[in-house]
Amino acid sequence: MSAVLTPASAAIEAAALRSDRFRLEREGDWKRLEAIVTRMEKGRLRRVPDEDLLALPGLYRTVASSLSIARETSLDAATLAYLESLVQRAWFIVYGPRSSLFEWFRGFIGGGWSAAVRGIGFDIFIAFLLMAAGTVVGWLLVSSDPEWFFSLVPSNFTDTRVPGASRAVLHDSLFGNQDQQALSVFAAYLFSNNAQVSILCFALGFAFGVPTMMLLIHNTALLGAMLWLYHGVGLTLDFVGWLSVHGTTELFAILLAGAAGLHVGRAMAFPGEKPVLQAVGEAGRRAANVMAGVVLMLIAAAILEGFARQLVDTTPARLSIGGFMLLFWLAYFFAFRRRGGAGA
Amino acid sequence: MSEVHPRIASRQRVMVTPEGIALPVTVASRGARAGALFLDLFFIVAIMIITTIVLVSVAGGTAGLLNEAKEGSPAAHALQFLMVLWIIAMFLFRNAWFLFFELGPRGATPGKRITGIRVAAHDGGRLSVEMVIARNLLRDIELFMPVILIASGGVESGPGWYAATAWFLLFMLFPVFNRDRLRAGDVIAGSWVVEAPRQKLQKVMSAAKIGTADAPARTAKYTFTEAQLAVYGEFELKTLERVLRDDREKSVESVYLSIAQKIGRNDGWGDERTFLQDYYTQLRARLEAGMRMGRRKADKFSG
Repeated sequence: MSAVLTPASAAIEAAALRSDRFRLEREGDWKRLEAIVTRMEKGRLRRVPDEDLLALPGLYRTVASSLSIARETSLDAATLAYLESLVQRAWFIVYGPRSSLFEWFRGFIGGGWSAAVRGIGFDIFIAFLLMAAGTVVGWLLVSSDPEWFFSLVPSNFTDTRVPGASRAVLHDSLFGNQDQQALSVFAAYLFSNNAQVSILCFALGFAFGVPTMMLLIHNTALLGAMLWLYHGVGLTLDFVGWLSVHGTTELFAILLAGAAGLHVGRAMAFPGEKPVLQAVGEAGRRAANVMAGVVLMLIAAAILEGFARQLVDTTPARLSIGGFMLLFWLAYFFAFRRRGGAGA
Repeated sequence: MSEVHPRIASRQRVMVTPEGIALPVTVASRGARAGALFLDLFFIVAIMIITTIVLVSVAGGTAGLLNEAKEGSPAAHALQFLMVLWIIAMFLFRNAWFLFFELGPRGATPGKRITGIRVAAHDGGRLSVEMVIARNLLRDIELFMPVILIASGGVESGPGWYAATAWFLLFMLFPVFNRDRLRAGDVIAGSWVVEAPRQKLQKVMSAAKIGTADAPARTAKYTFTEAQLAVYGEFELKTLERVLRDDREKSVESVYLSIAQKIGRNDGWGDERTFLQDYYTQLRARLEAGMRMGRRKADKFSG
C-alpha cells in the first residue's frame, strides 16, 4: 500500500525494478479505466461524466497496450492477472451490446425484421406447404370419419361446435357476441397462450425441425376439421370471415414461427460448407429476429381477436379487415426494403 | 497463467480482441451455471408470487366496490384491467427476465451476477440482441416445457413421464457433452457463458517491503551472486511472489529453508521475509533483463 500512497514520482524513484516503474507510471490510467468500467457495469451510465465516456475507448487501448508490453517485460504475475481481467472487463463494455433495447427496436422495425423474414423465404415456403397440407389432411380425415373430429379438436373447444350441430347453433357461434364481457382478458390470455405456442414451435426446430413440422400440421389439421364442420352447413365464407379478422395475422405469425424453427433445423441438418456451430449460430440469430416480430404480430392478432372480431359483425367487413391485415404484412415484409440494405 | 489448477486449466480458453490481444477467458463451471439458474428461478417465482398477491389484494378492494355498484361499472373494468395486467406480467416474467438482464452492461441476470459469470459472444465479437433473444427462447423447451410436462403428468402417467424426463435430461446434460459447455440455446445463438473476471490491483513488489515499514527495497540488505540467482526460473518466481503476497509465516519459513539450502546461504535466519523479498527482487530483475534480451527461463529445469 505504502508505495501507492506516497507521491507518485517518489514511488517510481523508489521502485527497484524497471517493470515496477513501468507499472507505477501507468497505474493511474489503469485505475481510472477500472473506476469507469465498474460504474458502467453497475448500470449507472448517467453518473459517468461525459469526459470519462469519451476517454473510455482511448483508455481501453492504452491499457490493452500496457498489457501487451507487460507480457513481454514483466514477471509480476499479480499485475498481469489484474491487467488481463481489466482489459477483458473493458472489452465487454467497449464491444458490449452496442445498442440499447430501444435503438435495436427502431432498427428492427425499420428494416431488420423484414430483412430477416426475407432471409428465411425458403423455409416460409416449406412451412406454408406444410400448413396447407395440414388443413387438407384435417378436412379429409374428418370427412371420411367424423369421429376424427374429437381427436383433432381439443375438448374445451367443442362446446357447441361438433359434427351434427344445427346451422343455427353454428351461426350463433360466429355472430352476435358483441355483448360479451371480459374481452380484454380474453385477448391477453390469447396472446400469452399463442406466444408460448409459437415460441415452442420455434424452439422445437432444434430437433432438426421435425417436431416443428408435426406441430404445424397438427394445428392446421384442427383448422381443416373446423372448416369441414362449417362447410357442412353452408357457412364456409362466414367462418372464413370470422377467422380472418385475426387469423390472417395469427396464422401468418405461426407460419413465421414454424419457418424460423425449420430454418434452424435445416442449418443443423445441412450446415453446408460452414462449421455446424457457425451455421446454426447464424440461422439462430436470423430466426430470433423473426421470432421477436412474431410476438409483436401475436399482440396485434390478440387485439383483433379480442375486440375487432366481436365488434364487427358482418362477413364482408370481417373479410376486408382480414384481407387488409394480410396485405399489410405482405407489403411490410416483401415490398418494404431499406436502401443500402439493413443486414438480416 | 501457467500454474493453475488442472480442473480450471481444462476451462481455459483464449479470446483474441480486435486489437489482436489474446485474453485468457475461463468457461463458467457447470456448478456456477446451475446455481445461477436456480437463483434466477427462485427470483422469478418470488416476484411472480409477490405480483399476484399485490394484484389480488388490489382486486379484493375493487371487488368490494363492485358489490355496491352495478355490473359494467368502472369497478368491473378495473377488475378486468387487473386481470390483463396479471396475464401480461406473468408472460413477461417467464420470457423477458433473462432477456432484460442479459442485455444490460454486465451481460448477466441477477443469478449469474451472484455466481460471477456472464454471457458473451462465442466468436469474440459483440454480444448482439438477436443472440440474447435466441438463447433465451430455447429455454422454453429446455426447461419450462419438460418441467410442466413432468409436473402435470406425474409418475403414474408411465411412458409420458419417462419421455418428459428423458427430454429434460437430454437438455440439462447437453452442456456436459461439449467442450465449451454450451447449452442448446447457446448453440443456436452462438453465445457462451464465461467467468466474469474481477481482480484487484496488488501492491508493487519491489518498491516497499510488504507488511513492514516502507523502506525502499533499493537498499537491498542481502545481495546474491549471479550463480545463486541462476538456479530458479519464472515458475519459481511466480510461486515466490504468491508466498510473499499471501504472507503466511509458515510458508515463508519453509520456502526460505528450501531456497537457502539450494543456494547455500544461511545468513537470513530470523529475517526470512526480508531475505526472500530481496531474493525475489533480484531474481526478477535478472529474469526480466533476460526477457528483454529474448532469453527466457521457464523453470529451474530449463537452461
